[in-house]
Amino acid sequence: MSETMSGAEMVIKAMQDQGVEHIFGYPGGAVLPIYDAMFHQDKVKHILVRHEQGAVHAAEGYARSSGKVGCVLVTSGPGATNAITGLTDALLDSIPLVCITGQVPTHLIGSDAFQECDTVGITRHCTKHNYLVRSIEDLPRILHEAFYVAANGRPGPVVVDIPKDVQFAMGQYEKPQSNQHKTYRPQMDGDISKIRAAVELMANAKKPVFYSGGGVINSGDEASALLRELVHLTGYPITSTLMGLGAYPAADPQWLGMLGMHGTYEANMAMHDCDVMICIGARFDDRITGRLNAFSPNSKKIHVDIDPSSINKNVRVDIGIVGDCASVLKDMLTEWKALSKKPNVKEIAPWLKEIETWKAKDCLAYRASKTTIKPQYAIERLYELTKDKDPYITTEVGQHQMWAAQYFRFESPNRWMTSGGLGTMGYGLPAAIGTQMAHRDSLVIDIAGEASILMNMQEMSTAVQYRLPVKIFILNNEYMGMVRQWQELLHGSRYSESYSESLPDFVKLAEAYGGKGIRCSDPAKLDDAIREMIDFPGPVIFDCLVEKMENCFPMIPSGKAHNEMILNDLSDDAGVEIGNIIDQKGKALV
Amino acid sequence: MTQSHYSDAPASSIPARHTLSILVDNEPGVLARVAGLFSGRGYNIESLTVSETEHEKHVSRLTIVTTGTAMVIEQIKHQLDRLIPVHRVIDLTVQGDAIERELALVKVTGRGEQRSEALRIAAAFGARTLDATLNSFVFELTGASEDIERFVRVMAELGIAEVSRTGIAAMSRGAEAL
Repeated sequence: MSETMSGAEMVIKAMQDQGVEHIFGYPGGAVLPIYDAMFHQDKVKHILVRHEQGAVHAAEGYARSSGKVGCVLVTSGPGATNAITGLTDALLDSIPLVCITGQVPTHLIGSDAFQECDTVGITRHCTKHNYLVRSIEDLPRILHEAFYVAANGRPGPVVVDIPKDVQFAMGQYEKPQSNQHKTYRPQMDGDISKIRAAVELMANAKKPVFYSGGGVINSGDEASALLRELVHLTGYPITSTLMGLGAYPAADPQWLGMLGMHGTYEANMAMHDCDVMICIGARFDDRITGRLNAFSPNSKKIHVDIDPSSINKNVRVDIGIVGDCASVLKDMLTEWKALSKKPNVKEIAPWLKEIETWKAKDCLAYRASKTTIKPQYAIERLYELTKDKDPYITTEVGQHQMWAAQYFRFESPNRWMTSGGLGTMGYGLPAAIGTQMAHRDSLVIDIAGEASILMNMQEMSTAVQYRLPVKIFILNNEYMGMVRQWQELLHGSRYSESYSESLPDFVKLAEAYGGKGIRCSDPAKLDDAIREMIDFPGPVIFDCLVEKMENCFPMIPSGKAHNEMILNDLSDDAGVEIGNIIDQKGKALV
Repeated sequence: MTQSHYSDAPASSIPARHTLSILVDNEPGVLARVAGLFSGRGYNIESLTVSETEHEKHVSRLTIVTTGTAMVIEQIKHQLDRLIPVHRVIDLTVQGDAIERELALVKVTGRGEQRSEALRIAAAFGARTLDATLNSFVFELTGASEDIERFVRVMAELGIAEVSRTGIAAMSRGAEAL
C-alpha cells in the first residue's frame, strides 16, 4: 500500500489524494522542496498571490463558494505571520482551510534562525487545530488528519508546520484511511427527544420566527434545501445573519431580510417580539443580539448548532440541540410531518399581519438623487443588472458591505463571501480571486470601499496573471465610511483620520495592473457603465463615486435593543441627526 | 411565556469552584492549548496539575480547579472538549464529593526550641521528614488543600524558608472510572 517518497512529495500526494485542485501560496526558503515537488506534477494547480494574507482570503473565498477545503502554502517566519489575519478570519467565520507552512530545520528550531517564528505557538489561538511535524513518520497521518479536522464538525482553519529537513526526509506515504479521528468525533445527529420537544414548541407558537446563519451554508446544499422545505411547511417568517445570506431565497415572501445591527426593521422587530425563536446554525453574535438583557425578552429559544460551546454562550436557550444542520433539519421535518395535531394556520395570522405593518415601514427606503449616485442605488442597479447571471459577490468591510447585504438579494447559498466575524478590510479582492478560481465562468464581483480595497490591492496583479475576470465595484465616498458614521454617532462628528486622503486614480491603477478601469459619478450613466464592466472579459476596477455623507440605516446603536433601531429620515436632506443617540454607557460597548 | 432565558437566576450567577479532570493525548503543546484557552477566554485557573497517566496510550490527565458562574463553567467544559487532543472532560464537582489531594514540601529553618516545636507540629499533621540538618527540616505533607494551608500557616510562625505545592490531583469516589 505504502510508497516511498520525500516529505515534500507527500504534501503534494496527500493533496491529490484529498481531491485538492487549487492551492494558493507564495514560495520562500523553507518551502522550496514542496514547490519543487509541485513542479513535477499538474494535478494540483498553484495560484501565486502577491501577499500571504491574500492567499488565505483567496482560499477562504474558494472554500466558501465551492464547499471544498481551501488550501494555502506559505513559507516560514514572515510567510506564516502574514497569514495570521486570514487564519483568524477563517476561524471566526468557520471556513475549512488547510494551511501548510514551512519551518526552519528541526535542529534549528528555537535558535532564532533566519525566517524562524514559533508558528504553532502563534497560530494556536487562531486555528481550529495546528501541528508541528517533527518526524517524517508522522507526516502522512497529520496531512490527512488536517483535512479531516478542517472539514468536519464546525469547520475551521488547520495549520501544518513542516520543518525543511522533514520535507527532504524519505518515508512511507500512506493513503487516507478511515474517516474517523482518535479523539475528535463531532456529533452529527441531534438528540431526537430534544428535536421532538423543539417541534412541539414550534407547533404551538403564536409568534414564531426562524433565525438562520452561516452554519446552514457550511452544512451544505442539502441543509439549505431542508431549511426551505421546513420554513415553507410551517409558514413561519425567516431572517438570517450576514453569514447566512442565500441559504433562504430573498425573493420568497416569508423572507424578512437580514437581522442585526444593520438588519431590516421587520427582521429585528420580529426577533424582539417573537414567542418562539428557532435558531439554526447561528451563534447569537453581539452584532445580532444588540443589548443582551433586552434581546428577544419574551421568547422560548431553540438553538441548533454543531458546536456545543456555541449553545448558551451568549444567550440562554430553552432547547439546545447539538448536531449538523442538515441532519437536525431532516429530523425536524419528519417530526413536523408526524405531528398528530397540525398547527392551525390561523393561530399565527395576527403575527404575520403585525410583521406586514413593520414591512410597511419600508426601512430600506432612501432619498434618491438625480445628481449624485446614492450608494444604495448603486447596489440596487448592480443587482438588477447582474441577477440573471447568478453572480458571486464578495465584499470588503464597512458601509459598502452592509449596503451590499441589504440591497443585493441572494437566492442561493455559497454566492455571498464576506468577512463577518473578524471584519477584515482587504478580504474581498483575494476572496473574489479564490471564488473565480472555483467558478471560472461565473460573474464574480467584489463590492468594495475605496479604503478597504487598498488593503490588498496588490492581488489585482494575481487576477491579471491568471486571467481571472473579477470585477471590483468600489463605492467610493472618500471616507472610511463606517468609521465616519461612528464618529458622527460617538465623537461629535470629529472625523479623526477617517478621510481617504491622496487616493490613487483607480482607473489608471487598473490600467497599470493590466486591467480595465471605469469611473462613474452620474446616476444617469450608471447602468451603461455597469454593463460595460460586466461585458469586459478581464478584471475591472469600477470607481463608483457615490454620495460622501450617506449613512447606513437601519442601525441598532450599541447598548440598545432590537426595538430601538434608528431608521433613515427621508424628510430631511441632512438625514438623521445621530450625534446624541448613544448614551455614555452605550459608548463603552462599541 | 416565561422569561426563563433571561431571568439569570441568582444561584447561577454566583461563582462556584469546580474541579475538572481532563484526559488528553500527551502530545507536544497540549498543556499550552489548555492553558492558552483559559488565558485567551479570561477564565480562572486556581490550580493545575498534569502528568502522563497511561504511558502506552500516551494519555495524560490534567486536573484543573477553576471558578465561574454556572454558564461560565459550562462554557469552559465545552471549550475544552472541542480541543482536538482532548478525550474527555469530567466535572468532578458536579459528580459529587470527589477526593482532592495535594502534596506540599515545606522547608523550615530555625534553632533550639523552634526545631522541636516544628517536629511536634509535623507529627501532629502527619507530615514526613524528608531532610534534616542542624538548622533546617524539609517536611512532606499530603492532604486536602485546607490541611496544607493550615500546616503552612502554623509553620510560618516558626520560620518557613520555602514551600512547594503540587496543586490538586482529584478523583471521583466509588467504582465508576473515567
